[in-house]
Amino acid sequence: MSKTFMGWPAFPKAAETATADGQLRANVRRATHTIRTKRAALVDERPDWQDLRDTAAALKDDVLAHLDTYLEQIEEKVTAAGGTVHWAGDAEEANRIVTRLVQDTGETEIVKVKSMLTEEIGLDGALAAAGISARETDLAAAIVQLGDDLPSHVVVPALHRNRSEIRDVFVREMGKHGRPAPEGLSDDPEELAEAARLHMREKFLTSRVAVSGANFMVAETGTLCIVESEGNGRMCLTLADTLISVVGIEKVIPTWQDLEVYLQLLARSATGERMAPYTSTWTGVTDGDGPRAFHLVLVDNGRTRALADPVGRQALRCIRCGACMNICPVYERTGGQAYGSVYPGPIGAILNPLLKGADDPQTASLPYASSLCGACNEVCPVKIRFTDVLLELRHDIAEGDAKVKHPAERVALKAVAGAMGHGALWNAAVKAAGTAGRLVPKNAQLPGPLRGWTDSRALPDIPEESFRSWWKRTEGGTK
Amino acid sequence: MRTALFVTCLNDALHPQTGRATVSLLRRLGVSVDFPPRQSCCGQMHYNTGYRKETAKLARHFVDVFGAYDEIVVPSASCGGLPSEAYERAAQASGDAGLLRDVRAIAPRVHELTRYLTDVLGVEDVGAHFPHRVTYHPTCHSLRATGLGDRPYRLLRAVDGIDFVELPAEEECCGFGGTFSVKNGAVSGAMNGDKARHVRETGAHVLAAVDNSCLMNIGGRLTKDGHAVRPLHLVEILARTRADGPLADMPVARNGALR
Repeated sequence: MSKTFMGWPAFPKAAETATADGQLRANVRRATHTIRTKRAALVDERPDWQDLRDTAAALKDDVLAHLDTYLEQIEEKVTAAGGTVHWAGDAEEANRIVTRLVQDTGETEIVKVKSMLTEEIGLDGALAAAGISARETDLAAAIVQLGDDLPSHVVVPALHRNRSEIRDVFVREMGKHGRPAPEGLSDDPEELAEAARLHMREKFLTSRVAVSGANFMVAETGTLCIVESEGNGRMCLTLADTLISVVGIEKVIPTWQDLEVYLQLLARSATGERMAPYTSTWTGVTDGDGPRAFHLVLVDNGRTRALADPVGRQALRCIRCGACMNICPVYERTGGQAYGSVYPGPIGAILNPLLKGADDPQTASLPYASSLCGACNEVCPVKIRFTDVLLELRHDIAEGDAKVKHPAERVALKAVAGAMGHGALWNAAVKAAGTAGRLVPKNAQLPGPLRGWTDSRALPDIPEESFRSWWKRTEGGTK
Repeated sequence: MRTALFVTCLNDALHPQTGRATVSLLRRLGVSVDFPPRQSCCGQMHYNTGYRKETAKLARHFVDVFGAYDEIVVPSASCGGLPSEAYERAAQASGDAGLLRDVRAIAPRVHELTRYLTDVLGVEDVGAHFPHRVTYHPTCHSLRATGLGDRPYRLLRAVDGIDFVELPAEEECCGFGGTFSVKNGAVSGAMNGDKARHVRETGAHVLAAVDNSCLMNIGGRLTKDGHAVRPLHLVEILARTRADGPLADMPVARNGALR
């Protein structure tokens, strides 16, 4: 049974554990800084980078505004090319459809191309419950699956692991699921890659069914596109008899010419490469070439909910490059699992509440998992204004429809605002602070929720004379 | 021309010396500044935590207090940025059309102090003397939200006698983030720990910034760890002249060489 984020603690609690893990912090820091640096160098060489971002954002906004039309176009073109289109409203329906499609083939061992959506809907677990073993073939996804671990990054799901941890997982687990790791495997990256290659080749050559997602769906021809680094995805896409692609409804783009914009942005943003090593496209089925049956499962699972939010809908522009998490100072200290979702980092902090609603304490903690520093706004290739959406989601929790509420905070902030709006009361409060300053020692521990401050900081000195008192006493510094 | 100082609630209660330095610098530059005493808070903590209706009340108060002034100068990038970033949405959330009109009218008249110096007064050399080793942390709000760019550096580099050293990884957030520092104390503390380490690496005796909130955060960590780097709002450097001499209890930079 594959592990899930079910019952995961709220972000502050999970982050407390994560920030105390020195090995995790070192792994995440090294990995994010490496990708960050490579990305920055490649972005700098493009004088039209900002134009590309503007175009990418505008195209996605157009798609989102006319999503119904584009989706009908996709259905028509895929069907005309010999594929079958299925519609799934939520995760359960999508899993049911895919399970039935696999069962119809009679296969119980299948391969998977790395896909965020199938992680989101928990497909591996649903298939396992039906007696179907779905093996991940993306190297990082396979490391997570073999180790019964959880993903921590949208592009590099095993980013939180270093190579010696990966070696241990290979040695311990590979034999349970097929070809074992070679004797005396070291943690040399080339040896690790060779071990994975041998283990997976067996799966590629024997599996007759493959499940994938898609990075893009081109509406004008009904073509799907997958961008990857290893070529393992292409092995699945071309060797299987039956290909089932499970794709979020927001992944559609109008034309091939639009694809050009995103391919330039994606690899640079995701892995710091000018172009991804493998870009595969396919349209329905072709006689004598590739799969003989192709199914496209279009999944909503909260996307129309997000679309209904006028500020939040920009999150559906996301192309899952991971640049926001690679630059995020919060993610760098916690890693991705603290977010309790397959979507971590800034995009996870906004996408999860938008898809699910901030109706449980874990999801409702995510919009606060940010210092609002805005670094993510600057790197996002589709110009998502994360800080705008975070503030909107916080507003939704504080004063809007979200089911999770913070009554004590509300009362406190309301009282403070009341005093601040009242001249005499505020005057008295500032004065009282000066008096209190003499009584509170600098190394004091604040009680209750304010403890978060004094755990790692001294209290500031509180001067006896406030600015307003000085101004009054000296008549604005003139006496 | 009527110019008001919006000192901010944090500076009023915890950093009055920043307000005093602002008044003294502006006077030296020929600006007569007024302090309307009914002023309180811009509402940033409320807005950033999601409470827009409470923010709207403080926006109304801000308009009442400062509406009659031509210029409102603020020694804080985050508080100075709030009227233009937040008040419209707060007014919309409270459904107050009159407030919406008023905040749209006042927002362009609110100036963060360094931008006021360089763009409105058109000065870079403000006649300051500060013979100490200084590093500068560009706060997130000054760097990304309000785009101050190199303005603070231009002002600092023009200071006579200063020994300016760049802060490694300066663009990274210090982890303050208002209520973030309390709601997510562990992550905030981890971010702040790295920032404080970078400050120590510079060997500077003074850490400058344009937001005392962030300085209070980093300074709180430096103090807790027993380090004597002094956090100072940029204006407290700009306000000092040769007549003031060096700061007491602080090593004096010998060559005053710019780096």
